Formats: sequence, structure tokens, C-alpha cells
Amino acid sequence: MNVHEYQAKQILSRYGLPIPRGEVATTPEQAREVAERFGVPVVVKAQVLVGGRGKAGGVKLAPTPAAAEERARDILGMQIKGIPVRKVLVAEASSIARELYLSAVVDRASKAVVLMASAAGGVDVEEVARTSPEKIVRATVDACLGLADFQARELAFGLGVAPGRVREFVRIASGLYSALVQCDASLAEINPLAVAADGSLRCLDAKMVLDDNALFRHPDLEAMRDVEEEDPFEARARAEGLSYVKLDGNIGCVVNGAGLAMATLDVVKLRGGAPANFLDIGGGARAERVSAALRIVLADPAVRAVLFNIFGGITRCDEVARGIVEALGGVRAALPIVVRLVGTNEEEGRRILGRAGLVAVASMDDAARAVVGAASAGERPEVRR
Amino acid sequence: MSILIDGNTRLLVQGITGREGEFHARQMLQYGTSVVAGVTPGRGGQEVAGVTVFDTVAQAVAATSPNASIIYVPAVAAPDAILEAVAGGIPLVVCITEGIPTLDMIRVYHQVRQRGVRLVGPNCPGLISPGKSKVGIMPGHIHRSGPVGVVSRSGTLTYEIVQALTSHDLGQSTCVGIGGDPIVGTSFTDVLELFKADAETKAVVLIGEIGGDDEERAAEYVASGFGKPVVGFVAGRTAPPGKRMGHAGAIISGGAGTAAEKMAALRRAGVRVVDSPSEVPRAVAEAIGPAPGTR
Repeated sequence: MNVHEYQAKQILSRYGLPIPRGEVATTPEQAREVAERFGVPVVVKAQVLVGGRGKAGGVKLAPTPAAAEERARDILGMQIKGIPVRKVLVAEASSIARELYLSAVVDRASKAVVLMASAAGGVDVEEVARTSPEKIVRATVDACLGLADFQARELAFGLGVAPGRVREFVRIASGLYSALVQCDASLAEINPLAVAADGSLRCLDAKMVLDDNALFRHPDLEAMRDVEEEDPFEARARAEGLSYVKLDGNIGCVVNGAGLAMATLDVVKLRGGAPANFLDIGGGARAERVSAALRIVLADPAVRAVLFNIFGGITRCDEVARGIVEALGGVRAALPIVVRLVGTNEEEGRRILGRAGLVAVASMDDAARAVVGAASAGERPEVRR
Repeated sequence: MSILIDGNTRLLVQGITGREGEFHARQMLQYGTSVVAGVTPGRGGQEVAGVTVFDTVAQAVAATSPNASIIYVPAVAAPDAILEAVAGGIPLVVCITEGIPTLDMIRVYHQVRQRGVRLVGPNCPGLISPGKSKVGIMPGHIHRSGPVGVVSRSGTLTYEIVQALTSHDLGQSTCVGIGGDPIVGTSFTDVLELFKADAETKAVVLIGEIGGDDEERAAEYVASGFGKPVVGFVAGRTAPPGKRMGHAGAIISGGAGTAAEKMAALRRAGVRVVDSPSEVPRAVAEAIGPAPGTR
């Protein structure tokens, strides 16, 4: 789960990180009020869960409260990568002499938490890694010992932090590491970590990604979820306990198992189609779960045809068939539905489908071809310009 | 031959009194796996499917000498169950559980490695050496013994490919599901090393997916002289960046871990990478060459 910048900053400030004062505003007037209270200049920053806010014009400096109101009005009317901006963070502006980068991240390759720091702050770290990897310094943390001070000092000296500021840097790095571990985050990033004119350090932007598998033990963090910004289908699927990702095609897909679901989308694409979604009903799904899945897929107006790909093991084909029939509620499907059904209780599943006028296909490739054909035949005619 | 498990495997089932644990203990017994004990704290002395249940792994080890353990306990308790199996001196631990917090797995992983234990999973379907032993949740009947080693990050996609292999008369030496989490105990390369040393395995099918760089590392290993043909499939070519595709580990982050990169790395290493799971059997058959007596 991703949290907004202002939320990440709230979390990190609990770990003693130096964060400029800031408040969230949802109207231009509020932004002005905050600027008046804080004193100017302030920065007005779009709060959306996508990268590239600065490039999109979603981060603006305001020298006066009136300017803060204006900037907030502009930004609150924007869409960034298709997402409407509903909130801005109004924060005290800081003088910047130098921009650094610091993050704590779960590193899959070394199976450890790694601290990464770079003297090239303010830009994407992936970009730095590609173009000048020598600018990045790392410390791999021992899972039992935690981050040792000397490791943080190595990073500080590696970045050329002024000797008088090294202890301050070490405190920030330790706080960042503690925040990652105690919040079960997979990423906690400060970019930029600014060096002010007086040499002091400030976290001007922050990003955190939380481990979905650990949210059960962090109800306070789970409560930070911004449902408004989630895709409505994804939110609905999550409420049903289904794993769903919205894509931009027109073939709805329902599959058991994540790997098989990914492969199914790939084969649909290989046969010339475009999947509308990823949806894994999980292992051993009962009829109710299957019908919930189909209803979500059918609710998507982009969907022109639906593909079920079920390889029954713990999942029983008869349960899947029952779920499909249930979701259709005794009416003929308004869209073509192609069902690939093999494995446990396959015969019974086919009988149930047959009674509802649906035919099961035996192979994944045949099913993909059939659904791609059906989707393009059912395409609404485009208006030509 | 086969790798990791065979007719001599003596299995302990941790979480045997749970719904999943009991169901799969019965399935494994039916397949012919020698399930020697179960563990559920507080349920010692009971029996499940004719198997004695112990309160602790230490008691089960003392009484029944298992040499492998499979874990079906919920995510909150699974890291502790792995540590208990490791402390009990069991050399092979297979963790089926999905949803374990990543940082818990990091702590467990290093302990497991230090003790020289082989951990498969978590979030995996387990492993099977057809006709000898099944330590997992896969449907046993789709497998047949033969020369093809299979290693995969997923469950049902593996069943799909295994069934295609079997229907083309291509049996399997061992099929290993290494799991779909970001941190797993056994990598592709670990399994390839075992397949390299296994005389029965003539070719390997490697089923990867987006996220991480385990496929790239496997490609390096293959290129360094694996010596047996490898057929590859990588799922997730249509996956958008930054989205988790069902498996906790299946995510393209910071532009890295795409299917295209993985496929390219595998191809450079000489792996026959196919576009659809249905093309796997033919690629394997071509790699192995015609069976004796045919032409």
C-alpha cells in the first residue's frame, strides 16, 4: 500500500526526522489560511499517489498567502496521470544549498534491508543508478543487529556530509531504518534530503510503501488508505478479498492462481486481444466468490467479452460453474463468455454450464482465440472523424 | 533419481489439525508420501488420518525422526513454525503459507541459511517427485515420472504446464514450486544446481514471472555451464509497472523486473523461451531429442 507524502511525513516525524511544518488543504482558501499562519514562502504540493508530480506542475512555490491560494486553486483543478488532485500539502519552504537522497528499502537480491544514499538528490534514484551508479552508496543491514551507527557514518562520509553534521545524518538514517522496520514498510525514502544554507538537514519530500501482508498488525496505517484514489473496481475487489488489477483492454479475465492469471493475459495479448483486468479468485474458491468476481468484471463498461480460465485442483469446476450461473441470475449473458474449465469435477461443471447455454473449452489457447474473436465481433462501431 | 524428496522422505506436517493441513495430509498419504507425524501446539496425543499429533516439533522428531517438514499454519504463526522446524534439526522445510510479512521472512531466512537448512517457499505449492513422494498441495494425478525437472514461482501455472508435459509423454523427475513472495528460501539457481547433479533429469522447465531478478541470476548460472537444455516461460508481459499481480513478489518496481528483461536474459543464456505455456512440451521434446526407437 502506498501512502501520500503528508502521511509518510507524519509517520517519519514520529521517528525524529526533521520535517518542515506542513498541513493538508482541500480548498484554495484553506491553503491561504495555512500560509498566513505559517508565514511565507510556502510550497504547495499536490497529494496524489503517483510519481512525477513536480514535472506535471503539481509542486509550486508561493511567496505570499494570496499566491498560495492561487497555486492551490491551479493544482486542485489538475489531473496528474489521470488522477484528479483532491488535496494539497502546504509546507514551509526551505532554503536549499544541496540536495541528497536517502532511503531504506527491502532488497530482494540480498534478502536484507539496505540503506541507499546518493549525493545526487532531487532526481529519480533509478535514473542515478542507470547513469552514474558510482554516486550511490549502500549499507546492508544485519537483520538481527539492526543498522549500526558506523554504517550510517560510512554513508554520511560517502556523501560528503560536513563533519559537523554527521551525527545529525546518523540520527536521520537510524530513524528512517526504525520507521521502515516498525511500520513494516518495503520502502521509506527521503528525496531530497536537503542541506540548508546553515548546513542543517531537512526532509523535503518523503515516500513510503507499506507491506500489504503486514497491515493486519498496523490498523493505524491501514486507516491511512486513500480509497478515493483507488480504482473503484480494485476497491470493490479488495473488499471481496479478490486480487484484481485494472488494465486498459476490453476482455474481462477471471482465473484461479496469480501465475496462471498473468499467463492468461499474456496469451490473450499474443492472440491479438487486450485484457481489461487481472483477477485471481485464489485457490479453492466457492461459488459465491466466483459470482462476485464475475459481477465485478461485468460492471466494467469497457468489457466486451469475458474469459474464464480455470485449472481445477483445490478449486472445483462445479463450484466455478455454479458461481458463473449464479452471477448471471438466470438471464442470458449480455456479453459473450468463454469458459476454459479443466480438472476437479470438470464433467459436473460442464453440465451446469450446458444447462445455462454456456460451453466449456478445453485448452487455454483455444479459449484465448475464441474470446479475442468474440470481443472484436462485439466491438461497438467507432465514430469516424 | 530425483531431487530433495524421494521414497525415503519421512514427512512431518506442521498445522496438521487445521482445515488445509488435514486435507492435504490425507492427499499426501493417498499419493504414497510417508507422513510420519503432525504437530499442533496443544493437540498432542490426537490422531489425524491415522497420523499421531505432537505438541512440539522436538517431540515429533524424538519419536518419529522425520527428514522433511511441511507447514500449513497461518501467516502470523508461520515464521515461528519455520524456526521450530529448523531448531528441530529437520533438513528440508517446505512452507505453503501465503501472506507472511516480508520483514519476518528476512529474519527467518538468515537463520535458516546459517543452520544449513533447505527452505522451500513460502507462498508455494511445494514439491513432488512423481511416483515417489509428494510434499505439497498440487494435484498428484497430473504428474508422471520421467526426465524433465520443473521449477516455478507459481502454482496453477505450473500445474497447467505439467499436465501439458504429461499429456505429451514427458514425465517429470521433480517439480519444485519455489514460491511467489519477494523473499523465498530457495532460488531458481539453487534448484538448477540440484538438477545439474541429478542424473535422471535430462532437461529443465523454468517458469518465471515479473518482479525481482531471480530469473536473471538463473540465466547467468545457465550460461556459466549448466550443461542441460532449459525451456523457459515468463508470465506477466502484460503487467503494468508498480502493480502487484496477485503474488506479493510479482511487481515491476522502478522499471526493473519486467518480463521482457527476464526473457531476454534467459535467451542470451541459451534458454529456449516460449511465448505460451502450451508451447512448452514441444520445446522440451526438441531439446531432449527423439526418444530411442523413433525418428
